[in-house]
Amino acid sequence: MNKPAPVTDWVHDFDHTDPRWTENPFPIWDELRAECPVVHTERFLGVYLPTTYEAVKQVSYDTEHFSSRRVIVRNVRPEITQSAPPITSDPPAHKPAKQLLLPPFTPDAMKKLEPRVREICNELIDEFINDPKVDAAARYTKHIPVRAIAHMLGIPEKDSELFIKWIHEILELGITDDEAMVRAIHEMSSYFIGHIEARKKHPTDDLISTLMHAKDKDGQPLSDMHVLGSLRLLLIAGIDTTWSAIGASLWHLAKTPADRERLVAEPQLMPTAIEEFLRAYAPVTMAREVMKETTISGCPIKPGNMVLLSFPAANRDPAMFPDADKVVIDRKENRHAAFGLGIHRCVGSNLARMEMTVAIEEWLKRIPDFRLDPTGEVKWSEGTVRGPRQLPLLLGKPR
Amino acid sequence: MSGKLRVHVDQDKCQGHSRCKALAPELFDLDEFGNAHEAGDGTVPPGLEDKAYLAKSNCPELAIDIIED
Repeated sequence: MNKPAPVTDWVHDFDHTDPRWTENPFPIWDELRAECPVVHTERFLGVYLPTTYEAVKQVSYDTEHFSSRRVIVRNVRPEITQSAPPITSDPPAHKPAKQLLLPPFTPDAMKKLEPRVREICNELIDEFINDPKVDAAARYTKHIPVRAIAHMLGIPEKDSELFIKWIHEILELGITDDEAMVRAIHEMSSYFIGHIEARKKHPTDDLISTLMHAKDKDGQPLSDMHVLGSLRLLLIAGIDTTWSAIGASLWHLAKTPADRERLVAEPQLMPTAIEEFLRAYAPVTMAREVMKETTISGCPIKPGNMVLLSFPAANRDPAMFPDADKVVIDRKENRHAAFGLGIHRCVGSNLARMEMTVAIEEWLKRIPDFRLDPTGEVKWSEGTVRGPRQLPLLLGKPR
Repeated sequence: MSGKLRVHVDQDKCQGHSRCKALAPELFDLDEFGNAHEAGDGTVPPGLEDKAYLAKSNCPELAIDIIED
């Protein structure tokens, strides 16, 4: 594989996989936003990037010109063979597919899952609480969402290493390595087909069975392919996203003692703090494919290009958020777009919020003092989902 | 002189972020899909006015109206 040329002109030639973007995208977005609400690159076969909240919102609401049939910007655009409804669906197919997934993810449903997530967090903390240092990404944040979603789906929590491998191959390697992506999707599909077949003989009381027994808008049961697509989506969308959000929150608290001490002393601030971490460190950037010529915020948009839908950049727009570049853990007004805007609002937003809240609460209860390990290096994931993949922390009060 | 307040959720705009339910559970209810609507006729009981405005100012879809009767 050829390494892409380093970026020298972000405004006309941006690359969201450039190491500088991965490391610290915020000043890049500020530079681009100051230049124009929408920039374009010839890389990745042509991509637009809206950087203002207004422009991101406009694309999110406009399903006529912007299709969700492709939601990841990659080096290649092979023919579409595998869909993952509803995230890859457009109207009118979108709504019935989405409505099937919504009831298991309401806030009330999440309350039932919460005790298990608290146990998962404490089981993980038990394993390193007596160590002076820990890689919190590898030993804590990584395991929480994958075990929670496995619990919901009714598949063994011990299979989580396998899921994490597939997700890495699809979301990170897949940007440039088509073979790795196709192989991972195949492996994941055969894994789930096994679970679907097993439930045909022995029905269970879990999310896989719920999907298998769901009826489409015409009252027909879903095809195995539809069930499979939705399972792929839940796994891909539900894991490294929240892993990233929890990790970025811990990273912030590790490097910002004032916020950490305040949150320990005033746990009632947790809800606004979680929303603020979601705004400031929104992990997910989606994409759309341009179907028809149009304009966004006055900028001409041509078919044949993709749009990188950067909710994280929208969340840093000073025109929408006062002190957009500051993390304000008691921010009162916060219409952040971390979970998207419009019909594709993240199905798992209530799950993600619950997991983040529980993960940070349990951590702070047991480890109120921690900081970045100056001898270690924080490493961030590349591409569509941004969060710390290595987060070396020192635990306990400084000596 | 402020009159009585009512909240209203525009069903065409609500996408089920459920921020209103988290911030003002007394004033909003969710349906089986997690989409919000005002509790009862939307009347805001005395003392909950701030929560009504807080819910409105945190709705990402701008789906909440506050009507002064």
